[in-house]
This record gives sequence, C-alpha cells and structure tokens, in this order.
Amino acid sequence: MLRQVHSPRVDAVMAAERAATFTKRSIKKSSKMAGLRLALSTLDLTTLEGKDTPEKVRSLCVKAVNPGTGQSDLPDNLPSVAAVCVYPSMVKFCKETLEELGALGRVKIASVATGFPSGQYPLDVRLEDTRKAIHDGADEIDMVINRGAFLSGKYDVVADEIRDVKATCLREGAAVGRPIALKVILETGELETLDNVRRASDLAIVAMEEAKRAFAGDGATKRRSDEGKAPATSNGSPNGTHINGSPTLDTSKPRNLGTSTFDFIKTSTGKVTPAATMPVTLVMLEAVRDWYLQTGQLVGVKPAGGIRTAKQSLHYLVMVKETLGSLPTVGTSVDDQHPGGWLTPELWRFGASALANDILRQISWLHTGKYRAQYDVTEA
Amino acid sequence: MTTADTNAPSLSGPASSGKPAKPSKPGWDYSPAPETVKVDIASTYGLFIDGKFQTPRNAERFATINPATEETLSEVTQASDADVDRAVKAAHAVLPKWAGLPAIERAKYIFRIARRIQERGRELAVLETLDSGKPIKESRDVDIPLVAAHFFYHAGWADKLEYATKGRRDGATKGKKALPEVAPGVRPVGVCGQVIPWNFPLLMAAWKIAPALACGNTVVLKPAETTPLTALRLAEIFEEIGLPPGVVNIITGDGRTGKALVEHPLVDKVAFTGSTEVGKRIAKATAAPRPDGKFKRLTLELGGKSPHIIFEDAAIDQAVEGIINGIYFNQGEVCCAGSRLFVQESIVEEVTKKLEIRLASLRVGDPMDKNTDVGAVNSKEQLSRIEHYLKLGEQEGATLRRANASTLPKKGYWCRPCFFTGVQPSHTIAREEIFGPVLSVLTFRTPEEAISRANNTAYGLAAGIWTEKGSKMLSIAKQIKSGVVWCNTYNKFDPTSPFGGFKESGFGREGGVQGLKAYLDG
Repeated sequence: MLRQVHSPRVDAVMAAERAATFTKRSIKKSSKMAGLRLALSTLDLTTLEGKDTPEKVRSLCVKAVNPGTGQSDLPDNLPSVAAVCVYPSMVKFCKETLEELGALGRVKIASVATGFPSGQYPLDVRLEDTRKAIHDGADEIDMVINRGAFLSGKYDVVADEIRDVKATCLREGAAVGRPIALKVILETGELETLDNVRRASDLAIVAMEEAKRAFAGDGATKRRSDEGKAPATSNGSPNGTHINGSPTLDTSKPRNLGTSTFDFIKTSTGKVTPAATMPVTLVMLEAVRDWYLQTGQLVGVKPAGGIRTAKQSLHYLVMVKETLGSLPTVGTSVDDQHPGGWLTPELWRFGASALANDILRQISWLHTGKYRAQYDVTEA
Repeated sequence: MTTADTNAPSLSGPASSGKPAKPSKPGWDYSPAPETVKVDIASTYGLFIDGKFQTPRNAERFATINPATEETLSEVTQASDADVDRAVKAAHAVLPKWAGLPAIERAKYIFRIARRIQERGRELAVLETLDSGKPIKESRDVDIPLVAAHFFYHAGWADKLEYATKGRRDGATKGKKALPEVAPGVRPVGVCGQVIPWNFPLLMAAWKIAPALACGNTVVLKPAETTPLTALRLAEIFEEIGLPPGVVNIITGDGRTGKALVEHPLVDKVAFTGSTEVGKRIAKATAAPRPDGKFKRLTLELGGKSPHIIFEDAAIDQAVEGIINGIYFNQGEVCCAGSRLFVQESIVEEVTKKLEIRLASLRVGDPMDKNTDVGAVNSKEQLSRIEHYLKLGEQEGATLRRANASTLPKKGYWCRPCFFTGVQPSHTIAREEIFGPVLSVLTFRTPEEAISRANNTAYGLAAGIWTEKGSKMLSIAKQIKSGVVWCNTYNKFDPTSPFGGFKESGFGREGGVQGLKAYLDG
C-alpha cells in the first residue's frame, strides 16, 4: 500500500521567528521556581553511552528518585524525575534499584530500543530488542524510525515499522500486565527540513493509532471472555492505553490523565547534531495539537538532546504553554498544581542528562540566594 | 475602565461551537515582570525652538496621560500661531547654513543622534510605553531599534546623495535665493513642516526627521497631542549632541498648531502621517500656491484597511502567526494593520479555530510588564471609536469572537483583541479603518476573487499573501494595489525599504532611496 501523506507545509522562517518569541518571556521568582520543578518532574534522566555500567545506572536511578538527597541547599520536597532512560541491557538494573527504593512505577523505566540509535538492523532484531526490554521491566520504549526509508520516500515502510513496534508494545504490555508507552524518535537532525519533521510527526501519530485500533479489534473478542482480569482503565482498553478520545471532548471539566498511558513523538537520539531545537519542537507540538483538534486524542512530545540549561528548559515550557494552551488536564501533580495542557509528565518530557544538575543549581540559587559550584552538584 | 466581559476559550475539541469553556486555573503562569527603569519626567515642558526649550508667557497647557493608568505624566505647551511662526522662522534662518555644511558634517550630526538614541534606548522605550500604552516588549525590541536604524541609515546617505539622484538636474530653484547644492544639481527642499501620529511617536519622528536632515533641510515637527514626550526627549538629544539651533524645532499642540504649521507661508514641504480625514484637509490647505507663487510639496501617509490573503496551500500555523502579528501588533493601532483577512473557503474553519486558540494566549494588560503582548489603547477617544465599530459590526450581522480572557487592570483604556467572522464586503467593519485590535474575517473561493476583494477598498497601503506556492505568490503580489506587499510575513519594517500608499492611503514614500526624493529639489 502506498501511503499518502498530506501534511501541512511549514514555513521555516516564520517558525523560527515564532520559536524565538518564547525565549523572550521573563520568568522570575515564584514562576521560575514552579517552572524549574515542573521541568524536573518531566525529565527523562538519561544515560546512553557505550561505557554505561550497572553501577552508573544505579547512581542515575538514585538521583532520579530523589534529586535533592541530603543536600541542605535544596528544598526537601523536590519532585522525582519522570523516568530514567537507558539502553536495553541496563533495564534490569534500573528495575532492581527502583524496586529497592520503592519507586518502581513512580519513576518510569524508559529504554531505547529497535537498534538505537541508527535503527539499521533487520526488523526482527529490532522487534526482539523491544520485546526483551519490556520483559526486563521497561515501561516506555524509545524507538527510532527508519530515516533511510523516510528520506527515500518509502513512507509506507516507515509507518509499517512503527506499527509493528507499537503492536509489539501492546502485545508484550498485555503479557506483562503493564501499559507500555511508545516514543517515536524522528531524529529530526537527519530529516533536516521542518516539512519533513511535520510529515514524520503525522506519519508516526497515525501509525501508532492504526496499531492501537488493530490491537483493540483483535482483542475485542478475547477481552470479553476474560473481563475483570485485565486492569480496568478509564477507557476500557486492555492495557490502559488511551484509544478513543471522544471527538467532542468536554473541555469544561478537568480531564484526568492518571490512568492512561500516552505515546510520544520525540525529536532526537542525542547522537546527531542538531538534536532538539525550538522550531523543530514547535512543529511537533503543532502536529499533536492538530491531531487533538481532529480526533480528540492526546499524544505527548519529547525534545531530547541539546537542552542543557535550566533557562532553555523554561523556554521550552513557555512554548508548550503558549502553543498547547489551556486544556484542563489533570496529570501527575507537582506541588498539587496541575498546569494543564501538555505541561504534565504524561504528555511532555525532556530527554537530557546534564539538564538535571543545572536545574538543581538554579533551584538552589532561588532557595538560598547562592550558587553552587559545578563540582558541588552530584554526578550521574 | 470600559471593557466588555469575555469568556476564556480552552483548547477545545473540533466540534466546539462559539460557546467557550470556563478556564481552568492555570497552575503555571508568569509572575509579574515589570520594567524597573525609572525615567525623569518634568512636570511641564516648553517648546523646543531655535535650539532651546522656551516657555511662552501665558501659554495654554494640556496634560499628557498614561493610557494604562489614566495618570497625568506631564503638562505640555499648546503652541500658538505666534509660536509656530517663531519656530518656522528659526528653521528658515538656519537653512542656508545647514544646507551649506559639508555633507560629511551633516552626516556626523545624524550619526551622533543615532548613537545617542541607542545609548538612551531603555529610557526612551520606557517613556514611549508610559505615554502611548504600547507594551514595553515592542517599544524596546521594535520601536527604539528602528528609530536608531533610521538615523543610521540616513546618516549614511548624507554624503552619497549624488548616487540617489543620478540623472536628476534641477533648474527651477536656481537663482539668487537658491539653497546650496547637496548633490550635483540637487538642492534641499527647504523648511519641512512635519505632523506625526500617536501610534509610533518616536519612530514616526525618526521617519520624518532623518531623511530631511540628510538632504540638508530644516524641520519643524509637531508630535501628536497624546504622545509628545519622546519627541521632546529627542529634542534633549539634539541639544546634547550640539545640533545647530533651529535645524530641528519641536512644538507641541493640538490640531490648531498643526493647521498653523501646515499653512505657514515659509514652510516649503509638508509631511503628514495620520488619518485620511485630516490628510484630505491638509491636501486642500496646501493646494493653493504660496505668496511667492511656488507650491508646497506634500507627502501623505494615511490610513489603511490592509488585506491578508491566506490560501489553502499556505503554511497555516505560520500564517496564523503572521495574521496575529499583523493585526494585534501595537493594539492594532497601525496604519498598515492587516485588518481584513481573506481566507480561502476550504480552510476557513481551521483558520478560525487556530486564530481563537492563538488569541487566547495573548497577554493583555500592564504595558510595562515585559510579558505583555497587547497594551492599552492610546486614548479614551480611540477606545470609544473602537467600541463603536464593535457594536456596529454586530448590528450589521457579523459575529464577534472574543477569544481572549486576560484580566485587565482596573484603570486605563483597554480592548481585548478580538475578531469578527461572517463579515461581508459591504459591512462597515470591512470598509472603514478601525485602528484597534479588531480583525474582520472574510472568505474567497478563487485567486481572482481574492484579488478583486482585496483591491475593493478606498485604501492601498499594505497587503499580506500567504501561500507556499511561489508562482502564485508573485502573480498575486503584482496585482494587489498597495504600497507594500508582504509575502509569507508581515509588518517587516526596514529603513532601506520604501513605505507608502496608493489611493486614500496617501502618496509619497518614506525610507529607502525613494524616500529621499520628497526631501530633494531637482
């Protein structure tokens, strides 16, 4: 089947101009503190190196659960980060450590899979990569798309592969009894143009949806027979994945996201320059907004790579706030506040490693009026 | 305070009708971020004539207020006919000396003005925002940098005018009283009487003064009565940098002062930016020859009802951004504001929805807050004019969409940005200039209809075209009767680019090589 993609075109000049306006907002005092805590709570604390070891991953997990442990210059109620993000071989160590810390499920385990970062492996290897990561304990799978196929115009190949990975997530998720979120990495640095970014975003969103529909169709008969066994969710889907948003959403009532798991589109692997940029992320936010306007369904966005400073993270949060507006969603709360829209770890993530420490330094400065030295912030 | 109450929209589903949902309490919002620079404002200001501030005896005064707080900022002088006469005579007296300076010396003065404006940029931005109500973000990032840019650009022209006037040879002004040449065969026009509006107070002063000085003319400038403070601050800069007395005179006052200036027999050239109504009166007043038989030169930059045309093959999200910028920039108080939006019928629902979403995110309020997108309407009078059109639009059958729910300050003149749908070409709101944050959304079916509807107006100042198809863009641009056509962008100003109108939007160009023409004889 030859896939037709009718994505809106993107004007790169105006998109860059718009993205730049988000960096002009003045975020000070209490809004800065709230923003930094929000950024921390939506962070996928990441280590993706060839030299990663179980010990390195353990220290990452400890930091992820309690970023401010025993540090007197930080407020003692700092939120945990949203997830740790590691290579598949490290997932089991994450699981052990988070279990010991009693944080399993609260801090998610995200695993890159599908032959990350290049994706240049046979499909069966990539799917097995995904399956193993899930069985080892991953809650979230960060897959890479087939950029070679995309750039040679074989959109159906790209979409079919995304569908296959999503189907694997749904199937294996049902097997292990936990909803698995899929994050589709577009590797926008290799797609280069914003037109491509938009097209790849739309393609990924639709492919994931197709896989969910197919799975729901297959499972419908089976589900009727073992009703009550599967964890019930707000929308009744077998694995808690949100399938059918009503197209006429009542936005007057806060919408509780708590029991649903949402899929994401993600900018980059972090292995290609440029990684996440604001115009790229803006285009992806517009894609999920348009999808929401058309179908009422929610898809998350994760910029990854290149976001190193607290200030940058605030710029991104401003962009999310001003682009995806005021949908009254109730996600995981930070300080009992529900910023609404996409400003919740259910729908927004930062993929970063160095960012956490800069956020902590800035929080420390807001808290005590003093800056910590770089060497005085814990590693990992 | 006068405002109609509105509901907040949320990012609602596709089937949501005009009924907006209640806003949820925002969990993450921006704390107030007030600009903290304080500027000194004198309690009264005199007139800047012949290089110094003068206070005429028994002078009539009037207050200039901050439209965001309704507080009086200062009292300025109403220049009488006698004051105007003194100012024009001062400008006339210094004319031969100024025009006769080596061009590089004139350039040095203008460069000095530009640099001083940059150095005092923050102060000027704050003052502009206080007096006009425009957000500090705009005065800081748009107005003041452009003011400096205009002086820099024209400083560069002063000693290169022969390249702007190739092939032009004067004859008429030769004779005993002829002014010195500023380029081979080319002379200054003389004393320029300039009357400017309140929407971009300092920027309009720069547009007028910079080319006049570069070409060796002298100036009497009257700022608008509601926004005189930055022009008076500019006079201080002239004093500071040692501009020869009389070269620029700045006199404040209402329409009476403007009339006296325009009609003064020693004024050689009138430049006016403002309403079409006043422009027509000025055109009449300057139509008669002066006592010496010569005619006054005249350039007019007047109103507009500029069209945006958005095709279904446009980059829609970016086009919406450009439309928002085109109409809500400076509270819509822009002569080239894109106030008529023509949307291809196939995408009208999508565009309307996205306009609503984007409109909701605009922050209206205290202009001194660095996060404010839309500030206060310039005056009570202007606000009531806008409200008159809002009422009229609904009476004539259009649907008013108030998609913004910003909390407004208790005092001041405010109008939340809004737009009309269901507007027909015959509606008043589609024909008359509103000069406020009000957009009229109309539709079209074919490119030909888009062009004919866009050109179906008394005005012809600016236009915006939104399509990703280059050939269509160029062909449409050629067929739109307006001084500026922006393609896939809007409100881009640059001193190197000429700006001006067709039809009732006026005549003459400002900026670029073309802008020099009005200030040169020959």
